[in-house]
Amino acid sequence: MKILVCISHVPDTTSKINFTADNKAFDANGVQFVINPYDEFGLTRALWFKEKEGGSITVLNVGSAATEPTLRKALAIGADDAVRIDAEPTDAYFVACQIADHAKTENYDLIIMGRESIDYNGSQVPGMVAELLGFPFVNACVGMEVQGGTAECIREIDGGKETVEASLPMVVAGQKGLVEEKDLRIPNMRGIMTARSKPLNVRPAVEATQRTEAISYEKPQAKAAVRMIDAENMEELVRLLHEEAKVI
Amino acid sequence: MSVVVFAEQWEGRFKKTTFEAVSYGRRVADMLGVSTVAVVIGSLEDDPSELASYGASKVVHFSEDSFNSFDSSAFASALKEVAVAEGARSVILSGTSNGKSVVPSMAIQWEAAPITNVAALPDSVDPMTVKRGAFSSKGYVTYTTSEQKTVLCFIPNAIGAVEFPGAASVEEGSVSAEARVRVKGVDRATGSVPLPEAELVVSGGRGLKGPENWGLIEELAQLLGAGTACSKPVSDMHWRPHSEHVGQTGIAINPNLYIAVGISGAIQHLAGVSNSKVIVVINSDSEAPFFKAADYGVVGDAFSVLPQLTEAVKRFKQG
Ligand SMILES: Cc1cc2nc3c(=O)[nH]c(=O)nc-3n(C[C@H](O)[C@H](O)[C@H](O)COP(=O)(O)OP(=O)(O)OC[C@H]3O[C@@H](n4cnc5c(N)ncnc54)[C@H](O)[C@@H]3O)c2cc1C
Ligand SMILES: Nc1ncnc2c1ncn2[C@@H]1O[C@H](COP(=O)(O)O)[C@@H](O)[C@H]1O
Repeated sequence: MKILVCISHVPDTTSKINFTADNKAFDANGVQFVINPYDEFGLTRALWFKEKEGGSITVLNVGSAATEPTLRKALAIGADDAVRIDAEPTDAYFVACQIADHAKTENYDLIIMGRESIDYNGSQVPGMVAELLGFPFVNACVGMEVQGGTAECIREIDGGKETVEASLPMVVAGQKGLVEEKDLRIPNMRGIMTARSKPLNVRPAVEATQRTEAISYEKPQAKAAVRMIDAENMEELVRLLHEEAKVI
Repeated sequence: MSVVVFAEQWEGRFKKTTFEAVSYGRRVADMLGVSTVAVVIGSLEDDPSELASYGASKVVHFSEDSFNSFDSSAFASALKEVAVAEGARSVILSGTSNGKSVVPSMAIQWEAAPITNVAALPDSVDPMTVKRGAFSSKGYVTYTTSEQKTVLCFIPNAIGAVEFPGAASVEEGSVSAEARVRVKGVDRATGSVPLPEAELVVSGGRGLKGPENWGLIEELAQLLGAGTACSKPVSDMHWRPHSEHVGQTGIAINPNLYIAVGISGAIQHLAGVSNSKVIVVINSDSEAPFFKAADYGVVGDAFSVLPQLTEAVKRFKQG
């Protein structure tokens, strides 16, 4: 199976999020960037497909040269080659056009992405790529098996799960469940060494418009101090939730 | 001209957040000076004209059998059909799992600018400018677009439903759309309140010691009519289903009340729950970081505090 895994390069989950003094941009100073956690599950699932039935795995990022360590890490984990489309990922539509344009000529059987990027929480790129290519799309995928040209996927829905079937080629937006946390691969020494000699191809971006623009950033309002309630006085908590907070 | 709203149903009944979506649509429509058209896709038991009380002046219902199972692209085709016929300026969806899946297809098919995770009413509709949540509730970003057509997908329960007087006409819609994905089976806990649209959520962490103790969480949740959630390790250990896992890498929730029991309050957990309007933390360790993010805190053993809280709620409910 020929698989494309799209990877976004995001602040580590423990990062403190800051904005520039004029509130016009995200301040990346001192922030550690990682493979988007949702994409790690997809990458490991891709490795399992390859180990079982052969094939190849390409990892792709639309971003500046600063994302190359993230792509190298994906190569060290086991992808065969990497593609970086050299452009700032200005908005979801722009990014989706880049990925769809690349995929159009490569005949991938499967495109695996993540349910969302944990920075901008867009949840848009995978569905757009599917629609641009005319492929079936399964969002929030928590399990997937392929037999012949058909995939059976489990999709998370509000309060439950749905089992769906679609023909390859297709796009899935995955998360934990595609593989479990304990199955995630971390690069070993050999992986890191071989990653250095694997191809990382830099391609120019194609012309595409940007449909949305971020104009200002702000932090959530700080909370007032916590009010402590005696563990033996749950009547008081219920009263406060009803009378003061008005939530029950 | 109009604003078109995806009026989502599940098993024939409107979802609670559907009313929120229709009234959000109506408020945007009022800003634009246009009408509000709700689109129902799939078979419906509820009365479609119920949507009039939340601001719709017209309901278009696609009831073809092919829509009885969900496909993001086919659902987007139905919405697009109406958006084109009505000369829509905006299409509004609630960020449920299906709503989120439709947005990107809709943006491509209808050639519109999509903004997801919307946290408020627009600051302006010309150009469309609206605040959205980002960085897993650690920030907000205001977006704008020069496109005339927009698709807005808001965070369920972030806006609230508002009633409007008026009546709605109901029409049958029709579109030929082929589903690319076939649904073979659905497994959903019936009677439970689905995250992420729950208004109240009771959640348990590793402090509850094991799955056998979840009755304590469920009893309180049931009494309150709340959804149940858990921290990541709890779902990793399969004490609870993965669909209950909230946080940065799980479901982001936005309830009016979040009761967290035996959860330490790690940054990745807070990332998905800190938008809750009121947070109650119950933890045996007075130093637990979660207290810093709480509105009300109780230092105590979950195994004695939870039953007492449940009893107190029971007495409150009995008046
Ligand atoms: C990349 C990444 C992503 C992550 N994403 C998420 C996420 O989305 N969601 C998430 O939840 N976590 C996430 N985590 C994990 C997170 O860092 C924490 O490990 C996790 O939230 C801890 O869960 P917990 O609070 O249930 O357990 P613990 O940290 O073990 O805390 C248990 C708490 O229970 C209290 N306690 C113990 N006994 C009792 C008792 N009898 N009564 C009352 N209280 C008691 C303890 O004082 C303690 O505070 C992520 C981690 C990483 C690295
Ligand atoms: N700049 C990017 N380069 C490659 N893939 C991306 C990029 N941005 C988003 N994706 C993919 O799309 C998924 C969802 O991202 P988003 O739509 O931004 O929430 C991610 O998990 C990635 O798989």
